[in-house]
Amino acid sequence: MPVRIWRKPLDLEKAKPPRGEIHIIKDRCKGCGYCIEYCPRRVLEESDEINKRGVHPPKVEEESKCVVCSFCTAVCPDFAIFVVEKPCEGGC
Amino acid sequence: MTQNENLAHPMEVFLRKSRIPHIWCSGCGNGIILHSFIQAVKELEMDSDKIAVISGIGCIGRVAGYVNMDSFHTTHGRAIAFATGVKLANPELTVVVISGDGDLFAIGGNHFIHAARRNIDIKVICANNFNYGMTGGQQGPTTPLEAYTTTSPYGNIEHPFNLVSLAAASGATYVARWTTLHVRRLTASIQKMLQKRGFGFIEVISPCPEIYGRRNKMRTGLEMMNWLKKVSVIENFSDPAKAEVSRDRIIIGEFVDMEKPTFESILYQTIKRVQEGKGR
Repeated sequence: MPVRIWRKPLDLEKAKPPRGEIHIIKDRCKGCGYCIEYCPRRVLEESDEINKRGVHPPKVEEESKCVVCSFCTAVCPDFAIFVVEKPCEGGC
Repeated sequence: MTQNENLAHPMEVFLRKSRIPHIWCSGCGNGIILHSFIQAVKELEMDSDKIAVISGIGCIGRVAGYVNMDSFHTTHGRAIAFATGVKLANPELTVVVISGDGDLFAIGGNHFIHAARRNIDIKVICANNFNYGMTGGQQGPTTPLEAYTTTSPYGNIEHPFNLVSLAAASGATYVARWTTLHVRRLTASIQKMLQKRGFGFIEVISPCPEIYGRRNKMRTGLEMMNWLKKVSVIENFSDPAKAEVSRDRIIIGEFVDMEKPTFESILYQTIKRVQEGKGR
């Protein structure tokens, strides 16, 4: 198999993807599962707990994978999840 | 994770907090449409005092109560008629009609085609869930052929409306169709429509798992969304007459984007001309 040479951005070491802090308003969640299904980085998963509405709200599996695309916020019909960008550690 | 549970949702500024959480079912697309509209208004940094949101009867009619802007929940089918009055009385306002397919195209069909013909500067966002969700899932003017609803238990025998083709043929200056899964494109499209002058129309295909989906082998919202993901094809500026909505294929995208003098500008020009004594 030929070795593929991938081009690398010149500022790869300097550029850092943004890191997010995911906030879930658990009692608003109606358990449709859109945020879990359509998260491109698979950050969320269904939790075991049951909320006020009797459904399983999502929980954060690994927050460090989140790159603040905010698709979960956009696709949530219940205004129950949002992401806040964390200030970068050690200055950008 | 949720260290600070008291942090408010960024969209709450534009929502009447006392009415949230809303009553829509789990998996319903109406919340996504409302979010997209608010996001568009927020990103454009529009003055929310200069926006009037008019809605008709139906599940999505409740947006008039949820948005923290001037809003009115009109009688069945008369959202566009009311919006016409609002726009003519105060042309400074951005008038947005958010309503459903049953309201806008069944009982309100004539208001729609004539508002589009006159090219009044109102923006119409239509949530198309293929049936009358609020009253129990009767078949409506947009129910696809052979789909099952409570009043078509052996499959729908009527051909549905092609809403984008109807709007384009009636003379709308901006016509687009998206699904609730294409939230980014939908938000960008709403922004584009809000910045234009003239009659704009966006049809949003919305999942209705509880009422429509469960009779058509799509029990949950996720199944309906995955169906939309599978069958939707983006064909920008293709012929709206060929933009079908069927079980196997949904053509989405922008269809019409043009400029035309609007009704209220012509009206006020005529009033001015007549008052100056230059009648004819």
